[in-house]
Amino acid sequence: MPHEHEHEHGGSHLSDVELRVRALESVLLQKGYIDPAAIDLLIESYEKKIGPRNGARVVAKAWVDQEFKQRLLAEPAQTLASLGYAGMQGEHTTVVENTPKLHNMVVCTLCSCYPWPVLGLPPVWYKSGPYRSRAVMDPRGVLCDFGVELPDDTEIRVWDSTAEMRYLVLPMRPLGTEAWSEERLASLVTRDCMIGTGLPQITEGTAP
Amino acid sequence: MNGAHDLGGVHGFGPVVSEANEPTFHADWEGRVFALTLAAGRAGQWNIDMGRFARENRPPADYYAKSYYEIWLAGLEAMLAERDLVSANEIDVGRPLGEPKKVAAILQHGSVAAALHSGRPTERPASVPARFRIGDRVRAKNIHPTTHTRLPRYVRGRPGTIERLCGYHVFPDTNALGQGENPQWLYTVRFDARDLWGPEADQMLKVSVDAWEPYLEIADP
Repeated sequence: MPHEHEHEHGGSHLSDVELRVRALESVLLQKGYIDPAAIDLLIESYEKKIGPRNGARVVAKAWVDQEFKQRLLAEPAQTLASLGYAGMQGEHTTVVENTPKLHNMVVCTLCSCYPWPVLGLPPVWYKSGPYRSRAVMDPRGVLCDFGVELPDDTEIRVWDSTAEMRYLVLPMRPLGTEAWSEERLASLVTRDCMIGTGLPQITEGTAP
Repeated sequence: MNGAHDLGGVHGFGPVVSEANEPTFHADWEGRVFALTLAAGRAGQWNIDMGRFARENRPPADYYAKSYYEIWLAGLEAMLAERDLVSANEIDVGRPLGEPKKVAAILQHGSVAAALHSGRPTERPASVPARFRIGDRVRAKNIHPTTHTRLPRYVRGRPGTIERLCGYHVFPDTNALGQGENPQWLYTVRFDARDLWGPEADQMLKVSVDAWEPYLEIADP
C-alpha cells in the first residue's frame, strides 16, 4: 500500500487523497448532485448499525430454534428480511451450513462482494490480493493463516461470489453451550465464523 | 476483461493478514468515498456493473498500487467525467466550471434508509426455460471478452456440475455496456479442485461460481 504525501493545509495535515475527496465532494455539492446529510447518514449506517452483530444474532437464533434454522436454510432472503436484514448487497442471500463433514468458506475473487445487511462492509483482508487469490486454490493454507486447522477428511467448499448471490456461513454450535442463552451464544459468533475463516471458540473472555 | 482484478489462483501475494478490532473505515475520506459512490450512483444513473467495470478497468500496476477505496475514488471520478457530471479540472480546482447537468434523482437524507432496505434486486421474471438442469455436466466457456464479465479466468475451459438454479438475473456483460439488462438464467456451478488446479490439488476441495447461462456449454461426453 503506497504512502500518501502529506501537505500543510489550514493548520492540519491532509494527504493528496483526502484533498482530492474533499474537492470532489465540494463540487458534487455545489452542483446539487448530493445531499450532504445523506452522505453522513450512509457512513453512520455502516459504522454503527449494519455490521456482523446482525449476522451473529441470526446464527444464535438458528442454533436455539430448529424451526427457524430450517426456514433460514430453505428461504434465506425472506427469513433474514423478517428480522430486518435485507436490502443493499443482501438482495439474494444464501445461508450455507457447516457440518462435521463440510466446511464452507466465502470469497469474491473478482472484487469484494459480501452480504452487507448481515455482516456490514468487508474487512481489508477480504478485499485483498492474498485472500482473493488463495481462497479458491489453497483454502487450507488460508485457514492456517487464521489459526484454523480442519481434519483432512473434512470437505471444504469455497463459494466464489461472482454474481449477485451473497453467502452467509452458518457455523457449528460449539459443544458445551447447551444451557447458553441466545444472547450469550451470539457473543461467540465472530465475523470470520460467518465468512468461513474462523470457528466459534469458547474462551475465557466470552461474555457470561 | 482479463484484468488485474481477476485474482483467483494468482501466486505471490503472501499470507492473509487480519487486523484486530478493524474499523469500518480507516480514515474519514474512505467513508466519504464509499458514501459518495452510493449517492452519486443515483444521480449518475449508472448501474452496479458499470461501477464494477469502472473500478477494474485500469492498468494492472495502477490497480495493485492503489488501496481499495483509492480504486473506488478513481472509478467514481471516471464515471462522473464520462457522463459530463464532474470533470477532472473541476476536482482540481474544487469548484464547478460549468452549469450542472439535470439529473433524474438525488439521494436525500430522508430516503437513505428506504434505499438501503430495498436494495437493487437483480432477479427478473423468466421469459425462457432454463437450458440446464441440476446435475448436468457443463463446461465454462473459454472466452476472453475485453469488456466487463463475471466469469473468472480460473474456471474458463473447466468442467463442472450444475448444482443450483439461482433464477433469471440481469446479465452483467451487457448491463455494463449500457446494452440492457438482458436477463439470463443463473446457476451455481460446482468444480472439483482437481479440474481447476490439476491432479495434485486438494481432493476434498470443491469450488463454485455463480455463472450465467451464456458462460456455459454442455461438457464433452
